[in-house]
Amino acid sequence: MLAALSGPDRMATAFPLESYATRAAFRIEYTRLQRARDESDEAEQAFRAVRDALNREIVNQMAVTLARGVADPDGLRERLVWFWADHFTTVGGRSFMRGAIAAYIDETIRPHVAGRFSDMLEAAILHPVMVLYLDQERSYGPNSVAGQRRGVSLNENLARELLELHTLGADGGYTQTDVQQMAELLTGLGITGEGGLAFRPNNAEPGAETVLGQSYGGGDPAALSDIRAALQDLAIRPETARHISRKLADHFLSDTPDPGLVAEMQTVWLDTGGDLARVTHTLLTHPSALFPGSGRVKQPLHFLASALRALELPPEQLTLAPAHRVRNLALRPMAAMGQGWQNASGPDGFFDDDEEWIGPQTLAARIGWCMTVPSELRPNLPDPRAFVRDALGDAAPPDLLLAAARAESRAEGVGLVLASPAFQRS
Amino acid sequence: MSRLTRRDLLLRASAIGCSAAASPLLTPVAFASAPTENRLVVIILRGAMDGLDLVQPYGDPHFAAHRPDFAIGPSAGAHDLDGFFALHPGFGDLLPLWQAGELGFAHAVSTPYRNQRSHFDGQDQLEAGTGAGSVGRSYQDGWLNRLVQTLPGATRETALAVGREEALILRGPAPSVAWSPVSRLGLSPATSDLLSMLYHDDPLFREAFEDAEFYSDLLEGGFDGGNMDGDTMMETMASSISASNQAVAPRSLASFAAERLRADARIASFSLGGWDTHRGQVNRMGGALNHLSGAISELKEGLGPDWDRTVVLAMTEFGRTVRQNGSAGTDHGTGSAIVMAGGALHGGRVLGDWPGLGQGDLFADRDLMPTRDVRAYAAWAMAGLFGTDLAALQNLIFPSLDLGPDPGLLR
Repeated sequence: MLAALSGPDRMATAFPLESYATRAAFRIEYTRLQRARDESDEAEQAFRAVRDALNREIVNQMAVTLARGVADPDGLRERLVWFWADHFTTVGGRSFMRGAIAAYIDETIRPHVAGRFSDMLEAAILHPVMVLYLDQERSYGPNSVAGQRRGVSLNENLARELLELHTLGADGGYTQTDVQQMAELLTGLGITGEGGLAFRPNNAEPGAETVLGQSYGGGDPAALSDIRAALQDLAIRPETARHISRKLADHFLSDTPDPGLVAEMQTVWLDTGGDLARVTHTLLTHPSALFPGSGRVKQPLHFLASALRALELPPEQLTLAPAHRVRNLALRPMAAMGQGWQNASGPDGFFDDDEEWIGPQTLAARIGWCMTVPSELRPNLPDPRAFVRDALGDAAPPDLLLAAARAESRAEGVGLVLASPAFQRS
Repeated sequence: MSRLTRRDLLLRASAIGCSAAASPLLTPVAFASAPTENRLVVIILRGAMDGLDLVQPYGDPHFAAHRPDFAIGPSAGAHDLDGFFALHPGFGDLLPLWQAGELGFAHAVSTPYRNQRSHFDGQDQLEAGTGAGSVGRSYQDGWLNRLVQTLPGATRETALAVGREEALILRGPAPSVAWSPVSRLGLSPATSDLLSMLYHDDPLFREAFEDAEFYSDLLEGGFDGGNMDGDTMMETMASSISASNQAVAPRSLASFAAERLRADARIASFSLGGWDTHRGQVNRMGGALNHLSGAISELKEGLGPDWDRTVVLAMTEFGRTVRQNGSAGTDHGTGSAIVMAGGALHGGRVLGDWPGLGQGDLFADRDLMPTRDVRAYAAWAMAGLFGTDLAALQNLIFPSLDLGPDPGLLR
């Protein structure tokens, strides 16, 4: 399982998505047509066509994401991608972000889930989608050429989330001064007219900045490499290693993870310079990871992918399905389960408490999906007595074997298996 | 079949391991007495409601010139309210409420959100109830949740979020229930029994399922398994899934809210959309107002005698441009109006300091200038309904709020 992680990314090849560059070019065309829409009926038609294409593309991104989860031989790489995409959450459709979030994940997260955290951190923080999401292109050094001329100043959004969420953690020992210094260091980042990352020394605060006691930059003109140096250092701070090790253990194993495991992961992180393959290996081979059972509640995306896999749904059935079908069978049900597609409530991503995922209404949405969607996808549903064995193997508890055998119909039997705690938890 | 038992806040909090007991707003004293008999309903109007179109300042000499293609004032079918403001015809069904003093407005209000005019950020800030400069932060909780934390004797059933969207306004340490009138389990009795068995030893699933069954059973036309064969049952479940894909009728949201408010709930919140009138506003505004007036009528009817102990507040994330745009619509603005209703309201008034619409009066030369924080009206309503401490209102429920003078919202 872990060896496969360092091999080629077969799922990205089998189920490709458009690159960020392609999405950015689309965005430029979209804006052009939007501005022209009032000029004639043809122009209005042209804009509507491109708007429909955009909406279909966002649904397609969900279909592809699910298809990869269904087809991935062991599911580990996809689960890691989902975890890290949530860690570096971006939400929204402002400017070049629109329709580009899946490309952002493919280009910043996927290549690094078994690589170095520092590389993932650099890729994510310096990606146009993140720069836009956390308003970095609106931040100017108060004493920069542009800041002085335009009377504009810092926006601390990205700097704060970088320290609080992406690296050190809220209890990571940094101060408001560190946030402000980090914000000054990040000035200069911006977006080109084509949607690419820009570095504009005229926007950058002059002079060196000191973050956590380390001095960065100070050259004239300011340089992007100063920011990269700070990100490299943040990636291997002990606070970062502890914060993210704990978050990984919490997400994959238990919201009260073994402190010994977290300490061990932190040590491996620091010894290897943040090698995520080694850290993940430590997590998954620890004795506390070897007892399945009452594990974490699967988040809706994970639940849908694992259910579709248990139902042996050919993944192409997702990627080739018309958009309205994907909306009805996956996108809207997932939102009803509390996980709107590409729509976390903020930069801290989706919550990670089981209690938040299983409330009366969200559980009803899960049960409703289990009871109705499988028979829409597979007219010839399996015998529930066989399905429970195939889906859960030896982990199927006796009461579930009983329930599967007693169900009134195949659809309800399959639904009971999927809705059971044994399947809903990982 | 399982029955929902009332679990008090502390029991529930400890059972799910959440941090309610550690909240700075909670002390053991807070659990001493019974919950209030007064009710508060908060309706979030998503998409930026044009307060200038709902409550039209037809007496302002500059207004009509900003909107040449709009129907404005009594001469165009609106209902005169006080000689200066007129009510959009789409709200005509509520005129009797206005005349009875059970409907009122405050104009030229907004949250502290300024300049960026993003629906999502604006709605987040409205629901989080935070002060200026908090845009883009991750909000952990909403202001109704912080209110619930101050209510003596609050139980899990005290606050209800109606609808399928996640309700930031009720998110937070104090437990609340989220349910939508279209969320039906639609399970056969046998399947329900089997699920109960499967969930029995998993407290998280067991309690959520018990609650889901309770709320599902409450709904009109609930499942009657004795009369259904297998095929009908599957159809019921399938229709419940497809129903969950549709927007919920505003009246059914209100009706469900009223039903729960007559029972254990004291605070309810739901959302109505359709306000983003960039094009063809004359038609679109009428439709959206029809939904809102229908919801308010439904609340009054459903609440029966409890209407007299109720205040309804309908708030939006920001207003719309004073001038019409090139598509006979309006674009994202700043100041708007808050709609207030209820038998407990001292209504029949349009409150607020009118900023004017002339040269130099507009915010950023385009929007209605806000003259008061909309949170102040919500705060004074809560103070009146629940006796909420003014310091808590200004510091905790609505951080850095300038409460201002008491507008005397309650009878």
